[in-house]
Amino acid sequence: MKPAAFDYAQPDTLGEALALMAKKGEAARICAGGQSLAAMMNMRLATPEVLIDIAGLAELQTIDIANGAIEVGAGVTQAELLAWPKLAEFQPLLAQLLPWVGHYQTRARGTVCGSLAHSDPSSELPLALALLGGDVFVRSQRGHRIINAEDFQVGMMATALEADEMIVAARFPLARPATASAFEEVAQRHGDFAIVAVGAVGNKDGVRLGVGGVADTPGVVDLTWPVADAALNDFAWSLGGADDQHATARYRRELVRRIGRRVIDEVHNALP
Amino acid sequence: MRYLEAGKRHTVRFTLNGRAVEGDAEPRLLLSDFLRQTLGAFGTHVGCEHGSCGACTIQMDGKAVRSCLLYAVQVEGKALTTVENLATPDGLNELQAAMQKHHGLQCGFCTPGILMSLTQLREEEPNADEARIRDVLSGHICRCTGYDGIVKAALDVFGDVFGKN
Repeated sequence: MKPAAFDYAQPDTLGEALALMAKKGEAARICAGGQSLAAMMNMRLATPEVLIDIAGLAELQTIDIANGAIEVGAGVTQAELLAWPKLAEFQPLLAQLLPWVGHYQTRARGTVCGSLAHSDPSSELPLALALLGGDVFVRSQRGHRIINAEDFQVGMMATALEADEMIVAARFPLARPATASAFEEVAQRHGDFAIVAVGAVGNKDGVRLGVGGVADTPGVVDLTWPVADAALNDFAWSLGGADDQHATARYRRELVRRIGRRVIDEVHNALP
Repeated sequence: MRYLEAGKRHTVRFTLNGRAVEGDAEPRLLLSDFLRQTLGAFGTHVGCEHGSCGACTIQMDGKAVRSCLLYAVQVEGKALTTVENLATPDGLNELQAAMQKHHGLQCGFCTPGILMSLTQLREEEPNADEARIRDVLSGHICRCTGYDGIVKAALDVFGDVFGKN
């Protein structure tokens, strides 16, 4: 369980990092907190020739409110966002969901944008980005672009990022007035990979439900009040989960129905 | 830009338990292995090597982190604390003594990591309650105790800010 050999680069500026990515392409991997990547490298599921460590870049350490969203820089750890004093006010779903991301000891290093770039089907932050309709701000030496959540995650641990591109910030829309949110998940141990994770955001007209852990990418559906069991059941089937070593597809559907109902009720009860 | 080539050893300097240390490491050398094999600091244990079991947890610049998910070359200039730092000249510290009293360990493999997580938590949240302590312990695997002894030990020393002990 030791990683294959790699060159280690610690650029002083974002420009240096992007130049190195442009030069090395697929052979390079960005490392911010490394809480998923280092584990994959230990298992040799990832064998980059060059590891570009961006953890020290001050320009990526910012949390801002801009353009109607919370902009989280690529160097911001999950623990730092969770500890941000305005989080519960500006986007309560993130405050509800972040304690489920990994463990106390991995959130201290693991970054928000790194989790999005890794895009594990069971991870919570890609689910939050999809559920809230957020986007990522991406840069390369060629320029920049903004990729919506639905276009960003294209499959299991696969994103729309080109080899020379990196996420410099993730943008989670601010909570709108008169809305409520809830989040819950089931895993073998708190903080382990979610077997099913369910988030919900609602207003007086209806509720948007998002599910992670079942399909290759987060599944999202808009439902109107009152939400019937049949609608929840249809959604559970539409996700098309498969059996794996943690749970059967049938068990996952049951979790989507049951946890889905719980978070929907929680949102409904919390609405003004 | 600091650029360290694969296959070559590079000098790394940092502070370990208040002492300046240095050693040579290839970029791929895990911090956990550097601590044990290069520096001979065997207090930190190595379990799963993919961030799941928590045995290798240490403190780095005031955070509890997995030393198996860090490379030695990444901790240049940082301040690290490991389980070797806990005991006082008089013997076990409060948390260690509470672990002993409540049978918070049997084989002891997971113990260094658990002690470092609880030490960090106590610095951040000295009044953490049982639910919070169990939440933080979810980042560790112990196959001997069933965790109850560990939780009791922690509850003995947390909430001490008003002089309970």
